[in-house]
Amino acid sequence: MTKTIDARGLSCPQPVMMTLEAIKAGGAAELIVLVDNETSRENVCRAAENRGWSVAGVAERAGDLTITLKKG
Amino acid sequence: MGGMKNIFAGRWGIIGAGIFIGILAPLLQKWGNPGNMGVCVACFERDIVGALGLHRAEVVQYLRPEIIGFVLGSLVAACLFREFRPRLGSAPIVRFVLGFFAMIGALVFLGCPWRAALRLAGGDGSAIVGLLGLGAGIWLGTLFLKGGYNLGRTQETRPAAGLLLPLFMLGLLALMFVFPAMPGEGQSGVLFYSLKGPGSMYAPVLVSLAAGLGIGFIAQRSRFCTMGAIRDFVLFRQTHLLGGFLALIVTALVVNLVVGQFHPGFAGQPIAHTMQVWNFAGMLLSGLAFCLAGGCPGRQLFMAGEGDGDAAIFVLGMMAGAAFSHNFSMASSPAGIGKYGMQGVVVGLLVCLLLGFTMRKKAA
Repeated sequence: MTKTIDARGLSCPQPVMMTLEAIKAGGAAELIVLVDNETSRENVCRAAENRGWSVAGVAERAGDLTITLKKG
Repeated sequence: MGGMKNIFAGRWGIIGAGIFIGILAPLLQKWGNPGNMGVCVACFERDIVGALGLHRAEVVQYLRPEIIGFVLGSLVAACLFREFRPRLGSAPIVRFVLGFFAMIGALVFLGCPWRAALRLAGGDGSAIVGLLGLGAGIWLGTLFLKGGYNLGRTQETRPAAGLLLPLFMLGLLALMFVFPAMPGEGQSGVLFYSLKGPGSMYAPVLVSLAAGLGIGFIAQRSRFCTMGAIRDFVLFRQTHLLGGFLALIVTALVVNLVVGQFHPGFAGQPIAHTMQVWNFAGMLLSGLAFCLAGGCPGRQLFMAGEGDGDAAIFVLGMMAGAAFSHNFSMASSPAGIGKYGMQGVVVGLLVCLLLGFTMRKKAA
């Protein structure tokens, strides 16, 4: 199951908190996190990797970054 | 590391930023800046406000080029790495008020988180109390964050809006060159210059500006933040930013030892008082306000350089707070807290708590 988190327009720590909340809630093997700045991308990727998730990819479109996180 | 191309985003990047600031801050003191104040963001914004005549505390009036450098250095880095992103509209008035009271608290302690670190590195024992207050304030802030506190989403805007604070800083720099300090004169054109006290102590203008630009550049790349260092540890047990903050303290300590600026003790420390309850309470207020606003005073300047109009509003709030702090006798001095310092801290805490409890609208 894939869950999508829209953290665009939010700055740290909100995007990380939303991502970790979704990881903690369980149930999803894949998370799509939308952010709109590099700092949030770095923070979200770092936090997810600390929790044992991996960053499957980051796509950029019109200033928005789509981060795909996978469990394990 | 998931396509991380920014070398400063890694562990050693943030530690390197801390080391860089930790070397420059004590050296700036050696070259003329006030004791244990190296690059204190709150103190220096207060000095700028004094130079503009918005408060008339004669000992703290100097247009500090370091602050100008912080914003412009960050702007340059953001433009070079395509991270200049004009944005605004996330509860600006709330950010102004948080900046205002963050400054009131900082001037009761006599320093922001940056100076708390530099005071500790210089041997000032009271800094430990201040740092404990800072930690307590940030911890309080994280409770609100966990309870759903947030200031809402920003909106994209035009570049001009994102450039307003950097342009303001350029304007200040121009003023400084048009009306430079004159020996023995307390005023030069529209600018005020302290003849005694910390405001009269400064490194050469171009050295200060270059140091500020360098720190602004590296801090923008590494996302250096003293408040975030403690917040991320409390909130997520993440030590990334903390590494930078600790590196700053250790490096500044070593540099102080090397250049003979380390003097351990509580009494008689430069521009500090030993009323520990108020050292704690001042930083408690500051820490809470910084946490609710999402960045330490330095980080707010760096974000303003990236085009963040909300961070710019926070900076203006801090400057307004500095003016009121001195005009209303809320600021401390080496003799102790100001006449209305206690009232300022209490009102500030009440306002921050009110905001913490009420700004809970879900971001969705």
